[in-house]
Amino acid sequence: MPILEFKNVSKTYNNVTKALTDISFSINSGEFVAIIGPSGSGKSTILRCINRLVDATQGGIIFDEFDVCHANKNEIRQIRKKVGMIFQHYNLVERLSVIENVLHGRLGHKSTISGIIGRYTEPEKEQAFQILEKLGLTEQAYKRCDELSGGQKQRVGIARSLMQEPNLILCDEPIASLDPSTSKVIMDHLSNINKTMGITCILNLHQVDVALKYAGRIIGLTSGKIVYDGPPNQLLKSTIHEIYQSNEGELITDVA
Amino acid sequence: MSHNLSKAARPANQTSVFVKRKRMYTFFFLGVIAIMIASSLIANFDYIVGIKSIPKAITWSLTKFIPNSSSWHWLTDEILKALFETALMSVAVTACSAVFAFAFSLLGTRTTKINPLIGRAVRIIASFFRNIPDVAWVLVLFMAFGQNILTGFFALFFVTFGLLTRTFIETIDEISASCVEALHASGANYMQVVFRGIIPSSAAALISWVLYMIETNIRNATLIGIISGTGIGFWFNWFLKSLNYGAAGLTLITIVVLVIAIEITSTQIRRAIL
Amino acid sequence: MRTPFVANHVSAQMGAIGGMEKTRGGKIKTAAHDKSHRIIKLTILALLGLTILGFLTFNYKNLDFFKAVGDTLENLRVMFFTPHYVNIPGGFRGALDQLLITFCMAVLSTVFGSVVAIFVSLFCAKNLSSPKVSSIIKSFVAFIRAVPTILWVLIFVVSAGLGGVSAVIGLTFHSAGYLIKAYAESIEEMDEGTIEALKACGANFWQIVFQAILPSSISYLVAWTFLRFEINFANAVAVGAAAGSGGIGEALYLAGHQYSDPRELGFITYLIVAVVILLEMVATKVKTKVR
Repeated sequence: MPILEFKNVSKTYNNVTKALTDISFSINSGEFVAIIGPSGSGKSTILRCINRLVDATQGGIIFDEFDVCHANKNEIRQIRKKVGMIFQHYNLVERLSVIENVLHGRLGHKSTISGIIGRYTEPEKEQAFQILEKLGLTEQAYKRCDELSGGQKQRVGIARSLMQEPNLILCDEPIASLDPSTSKVIMDHLSNINKTMGITCILNLHQVDVALKYAGRIIGLTSGKIVYDGPPNQLLKSTIHEIYQSNEGELITDVA
Repeated sequence: MSHNLSKAARPANQTSVFVKRKRMYTFFFLGVIAIMIASSLIANFDYIVGIKSIPKAITWSLTKFIPNSSSWHWLTDEILKALFETALMSVAVTACSAVFAFAFSLLGTRTTKINPLIGRAVRIIASFFRNIPDVAWVLVLFMAFGQNILTGFFALFFVTFGLLTRTFIETIDEISASCVEALHASGANYMQVVFRGIIPSSAAALISWVLYMIETNIRNATLIGIISGTGIGFWFNWFLKSLNYGAAGLTLITIVVLVIAIEITSTQIRRAIL
Repeated sequence: MRTPFVANHVSAQMGAIGGMEKTRGGKIKTAAHDKSHRIIKLTILALLGLTILGFLTFNYKNLDFFKAVGDTLENLRVMFFTPHYVNIPGGFRGALDQLLITFCMAVLSTVFGSVVAIFVSLFCAKNLSSPKVSSIIKSFVAFIRAVPTILWVLIFVVSAGLGGVSAVIGLTFHSAGYLIKAYAESIEEMDEGTIEALKACGANFWQIVFQAILPSSISYLVAWTFLRFEINFANAVAVGAAAGSGGIGEALYLAGHQYSDPRELGFITYLIVAVVILLEMVATKVKTKVR
């Protein structure tokens, strides 16, 4: 059963810069998909079209029975409630506590006024603590986010998105600012969330080896077009070079 | 031999870089000197009189600005009252304009503006208010408000509002852009983003700017008071004009104490919140 | 199928999660352990309290507020929509001359201020000077800055007479105070290692200044100096008006106070705003260029 469908989606910024050209794919519920491609190939744009942080110029996107491209304000909020997002630079409110940042995941479910004064119910707070416990962050709960390390911040980002009880999590370069061992912790958490909770995950990744190891499916993107869409074990070295428009021996993965 | 060789091997353009730089410095200094000469001719500035006036003013101040027995009663009669009023006015005017500037700046930031046209309009309006000199505001307000504290209040209000709107827009764009994106992505609406994202993340920086503006406004209020005939500026001018130098010295000392006290307080607050 | 990550029903044992803290009312706390929050709140409350106190104690002198506001709006309309000049000697040309005089006052005080500041700041920056000298200079400079510019000018009027000289020297005092602080902070931001490396090479104080300090902090110094120039222009206008030191500021003062002519006030204001906006544009250019 597809949870997300892209039909001939194109995106042009300011009528000049073409970011996506005629993108079509469909993702089933429970998949773990990695999108790889060079910087500026349109990876971030794809993710941001799904929750309407960016508006697609042409084509259609269906998410969970929502017509994303024609959604009104209220429907956009409904979509965003069901789609969690994780960012490269974590995008936390750094001066607030960890637990407050996790609770931000509930804002989409709350009335304007209780969101403004920051009032959350006791079950919501307990749920937040349970999520923090799963991610091993309970000791940090009352710390300000600017006191945390990068890996801890990213785990708060994951916790915030889980707090939304999403059907789909979008990860925009989740490990690009992290060291290798922290990256593994984050990838393991994401993989675990996908397996045990059945939440569909779409990741933008720079690290081809990480994508090959974790993902059940790879989408390769080059200057706004899909060049590869399939399982990792069928992805040939030559295709990787085609994605990155490079020659043999020019990529860091060639070294190993 | 080797010495000669290295000299010969040096590429020709390398020496010219040094020559060019030297020439540039020479031109720069000659240019500054030319501008200085022209400026002093135009502004009727006499270097000898200027330099002589400095030690003269210092010895004069040190001998004349000594409060004597007849000047002390001014302290309790007028100076402290006026100083207190000027200080409160500066705080009140900064606080009021900060509230308006914050609401206004939300319409002007990249992350929270409602549409680009309003965003641009906000920036132009802010630029209008901060670029009109406060003296011009005082003079036009004086025509209707007269010798009243509100003359200075509104003059400072307009300028502070313009300045703070611009700084708030820049600060919010710098600090809050990333968390605003995340909150939008999780389905938060406009007011929730403002209160849960922008205010908590940028409040400390904004308050730091407000404190800075209070410091500046106390000094500006002194000047404005001279023109509008109110507050501590009026009294200093009056003492000076009526040759009551003891009281003028006393006024000067109280102003300095107040400004330094405020500077120290705001430095402490800034250190604690940033 | 999805298995729920978190049970929807909260059982009694939930409080057992480590690290969870409760308020006296039995609710779970969410705020960070962090005193800056409280200080921000206290600062806002204090500002609010002082503002209210101010509005309650101000001497409004039986002002008819709404009439004054109405009159002001009318004056503003006349000022900005029907500007003219009649009283300025020399007419339009004369006004431009006055504007140039004010501009030159700003140039002189900025250059004097920055020359003084560049030398003093070397002895004021912590990484170049001894802590004792640095703190003595810093407190002296804090005193200079605490005296409002206009008071410096009024003091110099007594010793040098009314006019350009007292205005420029008065403006210079405050500029120097401001720039010493700004320059010293820019120099203090410099990488300790660079100075150490040159010291290790056997360079003396002035060599370090000219080979390391100035080249690496020049862009900040230029940016600060230009910023001060903008301030000095505004101050030169204000001082001309408040002390009668000549230039466009005095013309502004005469238009407002002597002739009570909002239309001429508007004309002069437009001239000043034109220069200010021009300076702002140049400043933005300079800042992007030097960085």
